[in-house]
Amino acid sequence: MHENFDFSVTDRILADHKCAQQLIIAILQDIQEHYRYLPREVFPYLAEKLDMSEARIYSVATFYENFSLEPKGKYVIKICDGTACHVRHSLPILERFRQELGLSENKHTTDDLNFTVETVSCLGACGLAPVIMVNDDVYSAMTPEKASELIKKLKEELANA
Amino acid sequence: MANKEFITVDGIPVPIEGEANLLEVIRKAGIKLPTFCYHSELSVYGACRMCMVENEWGGLDAACSTPPRAGMKIKTNTERLRRYRRNILELIIANHCNDCTTCKNNLRCKLQDLAMRYNIDGVRFPNTSGNARPKDESSDSISMDPSKCILCGDCVRVCHEVQNVGAIDFAFRGSKMSISTAFGKPLAESPCVGCGQCVAICPTGALVVKNHITPVWKAVDNPELKTTVQIAPAVRVAVGKELGVRDGENVMGKIVAALRLMGFDEVYDTSLSADLTVMEESAEFLERLEKGENLPLITSCCPGWIKYCENKHPELLSNVSSCKSPMQMFAALLKDRAKKNGEKMFHVAIMPCTAKKSEATREEFATDGCPDVDAVITTNGLIRMIKESGIMFDDLEPEAVDMPFGTISGAGVIFGVTGGVTEAVLRRVAATKTRAALLSVANKGQRGMEGIKEFDLEYGEKTLRIAVVSGLANAEKVIKRVKSGEHFDFIEVMACPGGCINGAGQPYIMHEERCERVKGLYEADRLLSVRCSDDNPVISELYENVIGDRAHELLHVHYKKK
Amino acid sequence: MLKSRSELSALREEYAKAYAAQSRRLIVCAGTGCVAGGSMKIYDRLKELLRERGLSVAVELEVDPHGDVIDLKKSGCHGFCEIGPLLRVDPEGWLYTKVQLSDCEEIIEKTIIGGEHIDRLAYKCGCNTYKKHDDIPFYKNQTHIVLDQCGTINADSIREYIAVGGYSALEKALFEMSPEAITDEIKKSNLRGRGGGGFPAGRKWEQVRRQNVEQKYVVCNGDEGDPGAFMDGSIMGGDPHRMIEGMIIAGIATGASVGYIYVRAEYPLAVERLRTAITQAEELGILGDNILGTEFSFKLNISRGAGAFVCGEGSALTASIEGKRGFPRVKPPRTTEHGLFDKPTVLNNVETFANVPLIISKGADWYLGIGTEGSPGTKAFALTGNIVNTGLIEVPMGTTLREIIFDIGGGMRDGAEFKAVQIGGPSGACLTAEHLDLPLDFDTLKKVGAMIGSGGLVVMDDKTCMVEVARFFMNFTQNESCGKCVPCREGTKRMLEILERIVAGEGRDGDIELLEELADTIVNTALCGLGKSAPNPIISTIKNFREEYEAHIYEKRCPAGACQKLKKIYIDPELCKGCSKCARQCPVDAISGKIKEPFEIDLSKCIRCGSCLDACPFKAIKEA
Repeated sequence: MHENFDFSVTDRILADHKCAQQLIIAILQDIQEHYRYLPREVFPYLAEKLDMSEARIYSVATFYENFSLEPKGKYVIKICDGTACHVRHSLPILERFRQELGLSENKHTTDDLNFTVETVSCLGACGLAPVIMVNDDVYSAMTPEKASELIKKLKEELANA
Repeated sequence: MANKEFITVDGIPVPIEGEANLLEVIRKAGIKLPTFCYHSELSVYGACRMCMVENEWGGLDAACSTPPRAGMKIKTNTERLRRYRRNILELIIANHCNDCTTCKNNLRCKLQDLAMRYNIDGVRFPNTSGNARPKDESSDSISMDPSKCILCGDCVRVCHEVQNVGAIDFAFRGSKMSISTAFGKPLAESPCVGCGQCVAICPTGALVVKNHITPVWKAVDNPELKTTVQIAPAVRVAVGKELGVRDGENVMGKIVAALRLMGFDEVYDTSLSADLTVMEESAEFLERLEKGENLPLITSCCPGWIKYCENKHPELLSNVSSCKSPMQMFAALLKDRAKKNGEKMFHVAIMPCTAKKSEATREEFATDGCPDVDAVITTNGLIRMIKESGIMFDDLEPEAVDMPFGTISGAGVIFGVTGGVTEAVLRRVAATKTRAALLSVANKGQRGMEGIKEFDLEYGEKTLRIAVVSGLANAEKVIKRVKSGEHFDFIEVMACPGGCINGAGQPYIMHEERCERVKGLYEADRLLSVRCSDDNPVISELYENVIGDRAHELLHVHYKKK
Repeated sequence: MLKSRSELSALREEYAKAYAAQSRRLIVCAGTGCVAGGSMKIYDRLKELLRERGLSVAVELEVDPHGDVIDLKKSGCHGFCEIGPLLRVDPEGWLYTKVQLSDCEEIIEKTIIGGEHIDRLAYKCGCNTYKKHDDIPFYKNQTHIVLDQCGTINADSIREYIAVGGYSALEKALFEMSPEAITDEIKKSNLRGRGGGGFPAGRKWEQVRRQNVEQKYVVCNGDEGDPGAFMDGSIMGGDPHRMIEGMIIAGIATGASVGYIYVRAEYPLAVERLRTAITQAEELGILGDNILGTEFSFKLNISRGAGAFVCGEGSALTASIEGKRGFPRVKPPRTTEHGLFDKPTVLNNVETFANVPLIISKGADWYLGIGTEGSPGTKAFALTGNIVNTGLIEVPMGTTLREIIFDIGGGMRDGAEFKAVQIGGPSGACLTAEHLDLPLDFDTLKKVGAMIGSGGLVVMDDKTCMVEVARFFMNFTQNESCGKCVPCREGTKRMLEILERIVAGEGRDGDIELLEELADTIVNTALCGLGKSAPNPIISTIKNFREEYEAHIYEKRCPAGACQKLKKIYIDPELCKGCSKCARQCPVDAISGKIKEPFEIDLSKCIRCGSCLDACPFKAIKEA
């Protein structure tokens, strides 16, 4: 297995969920919360500890949209493309974010792992459409221009950190 | 039951006799509904939607997952149903690589068959099979072509439910869904044991057995190479239908004749080395019993099981018999002889098994860097070679295998069915070998198609606990019990349900036909004059003149923890 | 830990007294929308300012407050997210809208200390100013039963919930009624599942209750995946105890001792509030072993979804709780027989459970008096789209679309013309002007080929292209198809393919018929309810707007002028002043030019998003 990977976090999470197969989704959620994605190393480890096949864990992880097998950026920008946001022009906002960060439909995360841009089907804030979410903060009534300003602000935050 | 309950299928009353679903009842009416994902031996998946039938209110039910209720009136062939089935087929075909003529599963493909049955004469959608992942040729046993996969999930269920291997599963979802190993790793790097049950069940050419026919022809055509071939016990009763004989009929003599006609120099029967296995394994078993160590002894003939054990239970490897499989024993003897005689020899094994292809490439079974078995051909491969040769199989006169390995025992022949190895060992260790004694051995509990068979055997002053298992999920159940402290003395494990007669290298059959093959092997056993391995004169001859004190080198192997 | 009924009654009396004694309450909306608008910062600022002024602040219901206390509370969603962040001022019942951080000081000075109303923060519509929450037309035309307490009580406080009568239905069910009687009451009320199909909840309960099986489950479906719907999220986050109470009662009625709430991943707020609520209930002995000293035990778990719309389907949801892929399974057997972990399971959605305490407390007859004969009670809808007032609403079943859109929703935005309303989300259908006076209830909608579904109402005006709407929904379902059955996996993919080419101006003769044929196949052969309903938006748009499809296919024209690829956008050089505003707004840098000279659009780069049209102050950018 991967000797250089520290499994203590995974062990703790497994213990929290009593190593129960049925809680695999919750276990993966906690692992993702910690690493911001699902590191490949944890799959064979989980397979052994939970007595499941690695293919099955992979199968579960790839079924659900929220799991990411690739490292995500420090800022995860989710652009809502629910019905309400869509009819109020969420697409140009998405385009602007991608353009500002050099991302595309197939490339969601910047190489420096600072930003991830993705779409979600609804954030449940339809009254404020179009909305986006950066990590846990919701930004409402977005426009492409506001998107550019936001990126500028976030980049400054990164520089000052 | 005095008052049988009936359902009406296309106007014909059909009795309900404990069937779990409509599909099985409808089959009794002589109607074969189209299905891709229904298999009586797997869980109901209900996803291909081909078996929809119309109820009396005009609603549609999937027959595979609807329980039969008395009084139901079912129509199986209406204009609507035909239209939906055609549309579903068209949707599948639009996402399927349609290179039928060059497909290894050509003419054996269920999709092809149903497309013909439903008269699909055009597809209105652009073909998207090109988006699939590339072919995976990494395994020695199986090749996987996602562009031909119709996502019926049969392979996933057989791999998990029947074999507990779980090498493959669904990945992603919706139109991006595929069948994949974890992270799409090559099959060879997955826990796949090469049993090939997924191939056997795959309705299309998405999973096929690796084909090694070309190097075999090359060797046969090379005058400088001596070509030898061994034929495994289960093969003789399975070439059946495709060559115009009844499935289950023992056509060993015809196979030998065919192979000679093709140009093989020497043709042998693996049953002979199975006798050797019996001798060695019995001795090993008695020794362990005496010392009381490494019990239970677990059989080692099945390469699928060996790989499974290495992957999941490496700590049990010391319990596994150190005997090589019969195939490898025979190959070792032949290659040893060739070396002595300074011959260049190409050795082919004809096996019911796909995992044997991987076994042959293991480093443990190479001499001076060359594999003892140069090529493994499956039963299906043999059928193809016979067809390719243009041989009229049905007309062949049976021939005998070559000397000096020509005499076999019935004990070796029954290796091809679950319980056979156990019975052969029991015959070997039985105190008397009268007909009555052999009959009594036959009824101990090792025979039959159940996945797990357990029985006690009085042996001297001891009572031995014996288990006979086929199907790796069943093996797992027994192994779990062993690990939790339950005592067994001897466990026979075969990866394929029912043993080698149901190997994935054989033409695919359902349960009833399997029983025919089993009958065929037991019949072959009964008709042989030698029934016990230790009575086989060739065996004592071999021990005396060939093996001598080199049993360990030629006949044994030690699988190491990886 | 409460050990008996009387202990709970005593506690309620105490809390009710304290609740009534509150002299000044400030309720900050902590629904998703207002939080996004900064309501939590406002909450903190108000607290800080109150403390600076030396005023004592209570954030939880205090039984014995020392002296005058200002109660500062966080509530669930008020529904009118559009005008948030919202602040309700009690006892007057004033509602302050669009409150900013900078308004806090003034609110403290004028309203808290001075007792004055701040006019500029009040809701205004036309020339009217509405001081009070209840007078605002948006609210006035609604009937709040389930949402009654969302927005008025502290969503984090079991004390307030108990104070206003919470858990008294549980008391009644536990001490005065037999499981049969509870089930009968629910059956009599004809409460129908609010999650989509409208299956009578009482019948489900009955089926589960009758089975003599040791382990049974109660599962709450909070996987509101429908884009454009957020009712369930608002109930879970705004009045979590009400739904929990409903689930416990279902447990009593059916003999289930374990419950699961499956919450959509995108509702972190709801998960947090539910967790708090469960802990509080456990601490009081309302959840857990031997509830209120009785033999009845009930444990409640939260399962967080991980992003799959299909998990709103019952069997996919239970599969997901079991840690599997969210594949629906073939039925029969039904969830009531083989549900979660293969055990009999009551599966209802959030809103359905939230109705239960009311029915038990007030009786089935009371409930039957609301709504229509076949569909009693109310229904919460998420009203969105091109109308003036968007938000979360609750109306009696049988209310017409006209009442919802024009009385509550305030009519179309910017004076546009009503064209259609998509009801029931991606599984629903489009209703048109001819359906405006249709009473919304389960059966009437079914008759016109629509369904209430999850309750999303997206109102569209004449600038909305119905083919594009169909494509949007098909894109959604196609993305969310689990992939298990052929018709849904392959069929939706092909339908999307066809719709995409139609909106791109590449439609072909026969496409409409092919869409219809595929839709028919999917509706009749797909495995689960989601698959079977996936073509609904297409079926209804073809039925009602066939001529729009035809215009796209045969004339390569989008009658609504919405389809981007069929649009040609150009800058009128006569009108352009060269201000560069459009170029700055363009997300793909397709507009260039010299300042003070007419700009130009590079059509090869232009994605026809329309941003520039809105940006131009001189109306120089035009569509052809």
